[in-house]
Amino acid sequence: MVGIVIVSHNHLLAVGLQEMALQMAHNRVKITTAGGVDNETTGTNAERIYQAIQDAYTPDGVLILFDLGSALLSTHIAIEMLTPEQQSRVSLCDAPIVEGAIAAAIEASLGHSLEEVTKAAKAAGSNQKFFDF
Amino acid sequence: MAVSRDNLVAWIEALQQVYNENKEYLTKLDAAIGDADHGINMNRGFTAVKTELESNPPDNIASVLKSVAMTLIKKVGGASGPLYGTFFLRASTAVTGKEELDAAAVVSMFETGFSGIIQRGKAEVGDKTMVDAWTPALAAMNEALDSDASLKEVLEKGAAAAEQGMKDTIPLQAKKGRASYLGERSKGHQDPGATSTCLMLQKAAELWS
Repeated sequence: MVGIVIVSHNHLLAVGLQEMALQMAHNRVKITTAGGVDNETTGTNAERIYQAIQDAYTPDGVLILFDLGSALLSTHIAIEMLTPEQQSRVSLCDAPIVEGAIAAAIEASLGHSLEEVTKAAKAAGSNQKFFDF
Repeated sequence: MAVSRDNLVAWIEALQQVYNENKEYLTKLDAAIGDADHGINMNRGFTAVKTELESNPPDNIASVLKSVAMTLIKKVGGASGPLYGTFFLRASTAVTGKEELDAAAVVSMFETGFSGIIQRGKAEVGDKTMVDAWTPALAAMNEALDSDASLKEVLEKGAAAAEQGMKDTIPLQAKKGRASYLGERSKGHQDPGATSTCLMLQKAAELWS
């Protein structure tokens, strides 16, 4: 099963989103977090991201969702620290973090491939939130 | 002079003081066009760097740079963490096995480190980033090297060019990072990343002479 990593500048945001996505996917998926420089400090930390990827890693791959700015640069460093084999099974996804994490969690819990999970997370970004009643 | 392992450590430890003293200044620059954390982040990062170098002193030049890199990518938090972290990590590959660095080796170390910043951040000259300080600084240092200048002269030329590059960021419109969200409104402010780079080179010019 595909694992999911949530990278955010804020620890509580990452953990809160992890909790929500796990509930939506009935706990049938592995989601890890790398939020904040540490639990108190805003920012991102490449070593924490690396650890979160290792903890979520399965041979089916890992999807990484990130929030802003330095999250992308720090995640690039974390990916460079992985083995080439692991690198080939990591998907860094440009999706809104909340919608993306929930779509990915549900898709991964259904046993879908890394490619399918990535596609679902990306598509979640273009879902309409306004409806005509 | 040639730069030894101890000279390198002295520079990095001095940078902790530099960023501590300039914490408010860098943060004020960043408040104008970014998220007001550059001074705080650089101070936190280099304070952690100094602590790490003191508690686990690396025994050679390359390993000092690597230690700095690993601490910065863990502790800084903002984009300057991965950027300066990659700078020091890449710089370490240019000095592997060296016991001391002459002027050419120092410039090669900076240049190799800078190639990491470019690769990581994908910024170009004129984007209003630290690249706008590094690029003229490296050009000036290489020009000085070509005319057989001493290390002191090379670094002084580099620091002066970095300062000019830093000031030249003021009229630019930001194309990278948080400041780019401001569009036209980013004009008229000095870039904090170019400023922290300038401070770094000025301290090297002051100490390695």
